[in-house]
Amino acid sequence: MIARLLAGAALAALAVGSAQAQQGKVSGDVVKIGVLNDRSGLYADLGGEGSAVAVRMAVEEVGGKILGKPIEVVAADHQNKPDIGSNITREWIDRDGVDVIVDVPNSGVALAVQEVTREKKKIFLMEGPATSRLTGDACSPTGFHWAYDTRALAVGTGQAIVKEGGKKWFFLTADYAFGHQLEADTAAEVKKAGGSVVGAVRAPLNTADFSSFLLQAQSSGAQVIGLANAGGDTITSIKQASEFGLTQSGQQKLAGLLIFLSDVHALGLQVAQDLVLTTGFYWDMDDEKRAWSEKFKAKTGKMPTMVQAGSYSAVKHYLKAIEAAGTDDGPTVAAKMKEMPVNDMFAKNGKILPNGRMVHDMYLARVKKPSESKGPWDYYEIIRTIPGDEAFATLADSGCKLPG
Amino acid sequence: MSTIFGIPPQALFGQLLLGLINGSFYALLSLGLAVIFGMLNVINFAHGALYMLGAFVAWLLLTMAGVGYWWALLLAPLVVGAFGVILEKTLLSRLYKLDHLYGLLLTFGLALIVEGIFRHFYGVSGQPYPIPDLLRGGQNLGFMFLPNYRGWVVVASLIVCLATWYAIERTKLGAYLRAATENPVLVQAFGINVPVMITATYGFGVALAGLAGVLAAPIYQVSPLMGSNLIIVVFAVVVIGGMGSILGAVLTGYGLGLLEGLTKVFYPEASNIVVFVIMAVVLLIKPAGLFGRER
Repeated sequence: MIARLLAGAALAALAVGSAQAQQGKVSGDVVKIGVLNDRSGLYADLGGEGSAVAVRMAVEEVGGKILGKPIEVVAADHQNKPDIGSNITREWIDRDGVDVIVDVPNSGVALAVQEVTREKKKIFLMEGPATSRLTGDACSPTGFHWAYDTRALAVGTGQAIVKEGGKKWFFLTADYAFGHQLEADTAAEVKKAGGSVVGAVRAPLNTADFSSFLLQAQSSGAQVIGLANAGGDTITSIKQASEFGLTQSGQQKLAGLLIFLSDVHALGLQVAQDLVLTTGFYWDMDDEKRAWSEKFKAKTGKMPTMVQAGSYSAVKHYLKAIEAAGTDDGPTVAAKMKEMPVNDMFAKNGKILPNGRMVHDMYLARVKKPSESKGPWDYYEIIRTIPGDEAFATLADSGCKLPG
Repeated sequence: MSTIFGIPPQALFGQLLLGLINGSFYALLSLGLAVIFGMLNVINFAHGALYMLGAFVAWLLLTMAGVGYWWALLLAPLVVGAFGVILEKTLLSRLYKLDHLYGLLLTFGLALIVEGIFRHFYGVSGQPYPIPDLLRGGQNLGFMFLPNYRGWVVVASLIVCLATWYAIERTKLGAYLRAATENPVLVQAFGINVPVMITATYGFGVALAGLAGVLAAPIYQVSPLMGSNLIIVVFAVVVIGGMGSILGAVLTGYGLGLLEGLTKVFYPEASNIVVFVIMAVVLLIKPAGLFGRER
């Protein structure tokens, strides 16, 4: 009697289990991708609608369908406000059935969104944000950091400049999570390479006039002024540094720690020439990148930044993982993504660490002089390939503690 | 070397001079706002967008027609002024009978539309505008390197502010204007065409914004966001100075520029809120503003 009862219970359990597996295949019968970024402010050109275009390109390449279910792309503006970003994420996941959040530049917003996606067990593909904390103390089992991070920038640009003799540094830092982390990571690399940091000034995000801060940097006696800021802030500070003759005297040199292709385009080569920068992607490196970028340009009128190209790559990999896992369930897909190597036009043999860091080669580039450039968008000369293992922290060094 | 509050005096002079330069923009913009509010009783939220428009007109003139900086300095304010006249004639003039709030909402909406259009076509990173050849380079003042162009901005804005103040407070036309503000019906009865005067005032006020835009173009990127970045501070300046007070707007503009410069030395993190802290304090102590009259 008891044996029969047990067998019956086992059978019932089996039936329930398989029903769940059936249900879990594709939630809501649609894979919904939410592109969340700054669509109107100072970071709109480096990600913005361009990231959504790149994601749609990835979706088109798989025919707009996965596991027989349609793929939908939605986009929203987080206005660089963490509260707005996490609210949209909650709404998307709870109400609209969004399965994955993509891009989210501005480290402050990304840290907030990471909390939500961790709690809801949804995939978060980060291309825009920079702070290495996203795969460090703030890591999540379903969070993936794709295009670059503050550590890679510090290793690339920081070390290269110290090696050239720029030993005394002063930081001009954007006063929020990203700037602080970039400053800290770069300072660590500078000191490791034998340099020193003589001072730093924290400027509010989206400052219109940097002259006052630049003047402080000028009188600090530093050889290198490290710009730990991004987007519109970087553009303004480089432009005004040139106006105030900071670099013409030859005693000081600017190090743009995070410079996007869109920034160089906005500055013009006359002002931006000879800047050394670290990037995860440049369109004019091989045929595959050129072909994809031309397609992107036909849709947007601009060449892609590393954020936009990275958004394409991450979504492509995510869709492959769904195909392989046979479900869009967050933790299952995340595990699958970490098993598979990343091979596309963006990265060759990229691998994903358990903390979600996608490790791929980074590139040290120099901005061309106007005389060297053959036309619009011909901006970078790649001077060094930084192997992924050198650019990004190992799991042990990252400070990430994942359960299990 | 001796120091003032731990800062070398040379660095302090440098920062004060920079504050004066930023103050020049505050003064030019708040002057336009004050003139418009004084005559029309309209809180012109489109001012930032029109400042941006001035910079873009200069940039378009340069890239499309090859028209240089000096002509742009004349033409851009005219274009922006003409645009302002159209706005006043077709839209704003319908709202004078209503509460202030409607003018504010209308101009705020206009600002969003104008900005949105430019953002759609030009993105947010902005377009570079070169410094005119005549004003390239700079002077080494001993305590700082002053780019010639920034020096020119201070001089130009001082001249314009003084000229405007003189025209309104010391000329006959200015007297008509001030009278029309006090009692439009009576002034009209003397045979003066008040509606035309109001239109011209609005056109002049926004032309000032256009002029500030051209002056700003070589310093900042010519970007659709440049107006909204500045306009909130400028409103705070007008509130502190006293709504409708022309001299108050100019003096407060320069004063707050200086104060902001000092904040950037002593506590940079607070530099973008110091103006608002002062606004709150002034509103508590003297609600009409430092130079304003209670109405």
